[in-house]
Amino acid sequence: MKVLVPVKRVIDYNVKARVKADGSGVDLANVKMSMNPFDEIAVEEAIRLKEKGAAEEIVVVSIGVKQAQETLRTALAMGADRAILIEAADDVHTDIEPLAVAKLLKAVIDEEQPGLVIAGKQAIDNDMNATGQMLAALLGWGQATNAAEIEIEGDVAKVTREIDGGMQTLKVKMPAIITADLRLNEPRYASLPNIMKAKKKPLDAKTAADYGVDVAPRLTIVATTEPPARKAGVKVESVDELISKLKNEAGVL
Amino acid sequence: MDFALTDDQAQIKDAIARICARFDDAYWLKRDREGGFPTDFYDALAAEGWLGICTKEAQGGAGLGVTEASIMMREIAESGAGLSGASAVHINIFGLKPVDVFGTEEQKDRMIRPMAEGRAKACFGVTEPNTGLNTTQLKLRAEKRGDRYVVNGQKVWISTAQVADNILLLARTTPLDEVKNPTEGLSLFYTPFDRERIKVNEIEKMGRKAVDSNELFFEDFEIPEADRIGEEGKGFRYILDGMNPERILIAAEAVGLGFAALRKATAYARERIVFNRPIGRNQAIQHPLAQKYAALEAAWWVTMKAAWEYDNGMPCGASANMAKYLAGEAGFDACQQAVMTHGGFGYAREYHVERYLRESLIPRIAPVSPQLALCFIAERVLGLPKSY
Ligand SMILES: Cc1cc2nc3c(=O)[nH]c(=O)nc-3n(C[C@H](O)[C@H](O)[C@H](O)COP(=O)(O)OP(=O)(O)OC[C@H]3O[C@@H](n4cnc5c(N)ncnc54)[C@H](O)[C@@H]3O)c2cc1C
Repeated sequence: MKVLVPVKRVIDYNVKARVKADGSGVDLANVKMSMNPFDEIAVEEAIRLKEKGAAEEIVVVSIGVKQAQETLRTALAMGADRAILIEAADDVHTDIEPLAVAKLLKAVIDEEQPGLVIAGKQAIDNDMNATGQMLAALLGWGQATNAAEIEIEGDVAKVTREIDGGMQTLKVKMPAIITADLRLNEPRYASLPNIMKAKKKPLDAKTAADYGVDVAPRLTIVATTEPPARKAGVKVESVDELISKLKNEAGVL
Repeated sequence: MDFALTDDQAQIKDAIARICARFDDAYWLKRDREGGFPTDFYDALAAEGWLGICTKEAQGGAGLGVTEASIMMREIAESGAGLSGASAVHINIFGLKPVDVFGTEEQKDRMIRPMAEGRAKACFGVTEPNTGLNTTQLKLRAEKRGDRYVVNGQKVWISTAQVADNILLLARTTPLDEVKNPTEGLSLFYTPFDRERIKVNEIEKMGRKAVDSNELFFEDFEIPEADRIGEEGKGFRYILDGMNPERILIAAEAVGLGFAALRKATAYARERIVFNRPIGRNQAIQHPLAQKYAALEAAWWVTMKAAWEYDNGMPCGASANMAKYLAGEAGFDACQQAVMTHGGFGYAREYHVERYLRESLIPRIAPVSPQLALCFIAERVLGLPKSY
């Protein structure tokens, strides 16, 4: 079975995001970028399936600016076999919207015919949580979102998901789309010999136009603002004072 | 000209940062208090293949350049591991370069591969108590007897001799008064460290307690001829080959340490409130930190230039000495400023910057002093007369 994993290049989760002066988005100039952490988990899961003998080949796909090649190399160094880069933007600030991404992925999937797609449940930059679901709809495939555990049994994937108050287990017939949650696994990082090997693995460079997909944005970003600064707390001397403050100052009682 | 990291280099930096993140400030603080080689840190890097970054693929390494190794060493030091972390692996990275260039195929396989894989540790014995930086005057004697050499004499400051399996040793095989040129008559060996015949005394020192430095006393220490690198009498020339990359790596480590100190200092300056404002709002606090940052950045790019020259087979002596000098000074200045920024707390161990300051003197002093690095520039770049 072939497993396809889409990976997105996003602002590194350790970086403190700063809003651009004109409010049009987050400033990404000279900012450290990394693979979306949920996508790392998806890549890791695909590698584990391969190690268990449930998958033969892992293809990773990234859609965005040319620099996403770096993200693909990371996935190859982790253990993916082959990469496809779809250049769809020149400016690092251009975010390709989920529907366009899903259409491009559908086009790749039509060519590649994978038995399973594992994606991150969302990208940490815009938190849309939509691509996997849209892709399932476009393909007419089954989907299991927010996977915390995946088991392959013949042509069925058994997926355990964390839901409010417990766990839910589903079975989806493959080909299917699974999106990865945080607790699915702990991704490995690339060892030096694997970084070296990754350089020799194939990376196909394509453009959105090659697939005839229009990536023009449909959404308008009205404003981006920093979260309000947290005000310093106050210490109270007694329970009475606390109640009085909650009543008179905070107005919550 | 392209100042951006390549994909490889970005991945290297990232992977090293992730390994180092497992060894936090508390780990290094404890190592500095108690001493003891940071074996788990060394093993973590070895397990992921990092000790072979510069080793050729034929000996099980990645075959990358000094540029990549410098990025790695800076990242190690900058993580907060400082010189304690960097010195623990430093010799594995480039130490056996003379064996790579001048050794036989059999020697390369036997000697280099275990170092690249982290299965062996080594130390490098050059400095002697009574010759100082005047290396051609080395006195430790290796006398040929049949198919062996018998070594007697002393070395000093030899780092990691407490844990080393092998020693790369520069020794005199022809007495000084019998050679035409003082650069002749020294030979290079790489051989098992025989603790029966080499007495090791650890030197109590100012910093980097985790990585030992020692006095060595050799008493009829025997070296088989098969462990001599290259020809007899040419050892001084052979070690020159490894000196520039060593200076480049040390410079990278000093820069990393300096940036680690600035990271602590700026975080503190933002948070410490005195006179109802963060101390970092005062220009007298900001400007020195900005200055040190600029100096570290400048030193880094000279280091990268030297590494680029070396990796492209160009002469790099001038850049390597400038990098070593600039980085040594900038690293020290940054650490000192970081302590001063913390005020009294900078003097307390648990704020870490005093440890960095103590470590920052090492890349200033070793492997070549600032004076001698400047002598090189004065003489070879400016064309001034040799002063010594
Ligand atoms: C922590 C640490 C680890 C070390 N690890 C190792 C190791 O693993 N292996 C090893 O072989 N060595 C090691 N060394 C030794 C180090 O390389 C030497 O200390 C260094 O080369 C300086 O030599 P020296 O101490 O003999 O200084 P000296 O040569 O005695 O010099 C003393 C001072 O005089 C100055 N000076 C000397 N001659 C001149 C001149 N002509 N003009 C101007 N100034 C001059 C020097 O610059 C210096 O400031 C280590 C040192 C330290 C501190």
